[in-house]
Amino acid sequence: MNWNRRVKTIFAQSYRPVFIVFLLLLLGGCNNRNETSHPGVAEAHVPEFGDTFIESSIGDASTLLPVLASDSASSEINGLIYNGLVRYDKNLQIEGELAESWDVSDDNLTITFHLRKGVTWHDGAPFTSADVKFNYQLYIDPKTPTAYAESFKQVTGVETPDPYTFIVHYDKPYAPALMSWAMSIHPRHLLEGEEITKSPLARKPIGTGPYRFSEWLGGEKIVLDSNPDYFEGQPYIKRVVYRIIPDISTQFLELQTGSLDYMGLSPLQFDRQTDTPAFRRLYNKYRYLNFGYTYLGYNLKRPLFQDKRVRQALSYAINKQELIDGVLLGYGKVATGPYKPDTWVYNDDVPKYGYNPDKARELLAEAGWQDSDGNGVLDKDGKELAFTIVTNQGNDLRSKTGEIIQRRFKEIGVKVQLRIIEWATFLKEFINPGNFDATILGWTGGPEPDQYNIWHSSKTGPRELNFIGFKNGEVDNLLEEGRRIFDPQQRKVFYDRFQEILAEEQPYTFLYVGEALPAVSKRFREVKPAPAGIRYNFNKWFVPKTEQKYAR
Amino acid sequence: MLSYIIKRLLLLIPLLLGITLISFVVIHLAPGEPTDLQTQLNPQASSELQERLRAEYGLDQPLYIQYGKWLSRLVQLDFGESFATDRRPVLDKVLERLPVTILLNVLSIILILAVSIPLGIISAIQRNSGFDRITTIMVFTGFAMPSFWLALLLMDWFGVRLGVLPVSGLKSLGYDYLSWGEQILDRISHLILPVFVSAIGGLAGFSRYMRSNMLEVIRQDYILTARAKGLSERTVIYKHALRNALLPVITILGLSVPGLIGGSVIFETIFAIPGMGKLFYDGVMMRDYPLIMGILVMGAVLTLLGNLLADICYALADPRIRHNHQGGDSA
Repeated sequence: MNWNRRVKTIFAQSYRPVFIVFLLLLLGGCNNRNETSHPGVAEAHVPEFGDTFIESSIGDASTLLPVLASDSASSEINGLIYNGLVRYDKNLQIEGELAESWDVSDDNLTITFHLRKGVTWHDGAPFTSADVKFNYQLYIDPKTPTAYAESFKQVTGVETPDPYTFIVHYDKPYAPALMSWAMSIHPRHLLEGEEITKSPLARKPIGTGPYRFSEWLGGEKIVLDSNPDYFEGQPYIKRVVYRIIPDISTQFLELQTGSLDYMGLSPLQFDRQTDTPAFRRLYNKYRYLNFGYTYLGYNLKRPLFQDKRVRQALSYAINKQELIDGVLLGYGKVATGPYKPDTWVYNDDVPKYGYNPDKARELLAEAGWQDSDGNGVLDKDGKELAFTIVTNQGNDLRSKTGEIIQRRFKEIGVKVQLRIIEWATFLKEFINPGNFDATILGWTGGPEPDQYNIWHSSKTGPRELNFIGFKNGEVDNLLEEGRRIFDPQQRKVFYDRFQEILAEEQPYTFLYVGEALPAVSKRFREVKPAPAGIRYNFNKWFVPKTEQKYAR
Repeated sequence: MLSYIIKRLLLLIPLLLGITLISFVVIHLAPGEPTDLQTQLNPQASSELQERLRAEYGLDQPLYIQYGKWLSRLVQLDFGESFATDRRPVLDKVLERLPVTILLNVLSIILILAVSIPLGIISAIQRNSGFDRITTIMVFTGFAMPSFWLALLLMDWFGVRLGVLPVSGLKSLGYDYLSWGEQILDRISHLILPVFVSAIGGLAGFSRYMRSNMLEVIRQDYILTARAKGLSERTVIYKHALRNALLPVITILGLSVPGLIGGSVIFETIFAIPGMGKLFYDGVMMRDYPLIMGILVMGAVLTLLGNLLADICYALADPRIRHNHQGGDSA
């Protein structure tokens, strides 16, 4: 996965509860720390072309038009076929992709992109600023059923003074603006005047990216071949194959036979099932923190949770390290807020809620909850302290988390039921109408700290992301200001305060941040973990001639 | 006979209508809509997009209008477009999955018949012998074994430990570059485990069925007569008894016609085979109404036709039925 793809993955996945944890492990953005086995035994090899990289996906791609795709399988593949104007580099800094460079005006209202010259589409047509302008129109066209229009709606106008300059205007400074141009650019000459939902490019895409589309057998595999005319040079690995293998156990068996070159492992597989000499001979394992966290969110419209002390007490009653050890087998970190612990925006200086059941009982007593009838459950005005935690089916980690929390809550006299519900029903009957007490879910984010959609009080409507109903005037101001400032240092002040308020208020009990645990075949060289993970330099990976496995 | 068939065919029409109506209502009763799943909890998706998508899919109209529209396209044999992001015609999606599903099911039925008929006959002739008891135990063990578990065990054993068979999929990666003969071998090696695992359940049931059929026939008077005539035991069993014991197989084959296009989710998921079962399951999870309805209708038509076919074949094979077929349905 090169950077381009990472960015799109983050966009596609941003702040959506990832309900299949393996996807999360596979795709979450990343920041490496202590990988378990470092391949870096110095081997001087000149990069050589050839070989095939085979990985698997649990689901088939839905469409290879990035503007329409919102599933992770499609986003991954689209990331290799298409480019954006900008992308994140290995240190999560913004760098140019189709844009060679850019200037931001002093008032932060205008961005001028200077596009690369000589870039061609896979069919040979030249890439120009007209393509970029067309894409802007495509994304904001009301007839385009895209999930990515919002950030482009902030744009007030675009200009293309020459084929290699693209100027975009905003009426208010908007910090996420630059990165919004990481969105895939589609070919104008093939899509203009066409109905986007009927375009054949959805099954046979044409992009500018490092890999060209070769073949798609529905439900079976998608094959891409390296682009010899790629503007950053032809990638060394000649072919990339995505096999669709819906079952994780089967994927793992395939990995053990050596038929897969890459797989995101589960903690159990990483810890217990891959520690064999045979496996170590074939694969290197890596680990790094995901962008994304799991939380227990309280419905603040319920009277029970309107008392801050109750929420704080519940946070004290949960042993987060126990969750990490029990559910993630230790492959994770305690979450204290919405940001990943090793990013610039993370604020470590906030109240933390270590496991402290006595403190929890004390806070609940303060709030008036006593066990007056001696049945082991706290009560107040004749009502028991009881509620239901809902979460979605299909995510084993979440249901296990729920069970452990249930037990800890029982110990402080809080009666909790756990309900696990199929995804579509879960959204329709519980989350949308606000018909839940508390829920265990997760958000996947990216390096961009803007959290407006999740925490701003204007986003509490039906089907919006602030479904717990969090309303805080100061947070509203901080979020509104924070997205108007470009300088990270100045921005951080706002987000630091934002994290303090969240820590104090505990609208969520932030539980944990999981780790990505990929295994990569040892044939592949130049795999270099960085804050961005391992796939950012995929185009530079190679296999020495003597070890190449697939001749064609 | 012809008028009987025509009458039966005409009767299928109201039956099919009823089936589609009930299915349509039932799948719309399931909470959640395809548009929810495509846009929900995505910060970039606005509620206008939701509404636009609903209008585009026609979900904003009352259910009876949706049904009417769907039905009027169906009578022109148009199954509509899938609600999935790719918006491909339902028929394309089904046709893409159909060949492999049919191939697997046909192979599996052949294997079931080839093994269970002899097994059933021998068990019946040598009733309560050691052979009968051992096969009974084996057969019930096979029946009770969860197929996903058996599949994983076999994959681990033959695929990973012994390394003689591929773990999953239908073809090797380099398939296109293999010679003609190697291609066939490659195909076969990929089919061994899936066919075996999918047959094992049916094998158990069918061989028991065959055994009890055979036992019943052997007790009949005409078998006694045949023996009394002094025919060899071989002729008695294979000429007189077997033919009669095989009659119900026709019914079973007729009933398995819809099964030919139906797949099993669990089994296809484990072997990574893109078949109908997975397609239908994913359709249900995504609330892809046109796809679900399309597959249901095809399944219903095949079930009804299979039933009819079984009745007709039965009449052709069994003179007792042929001579008083006016008596109505026999299946």
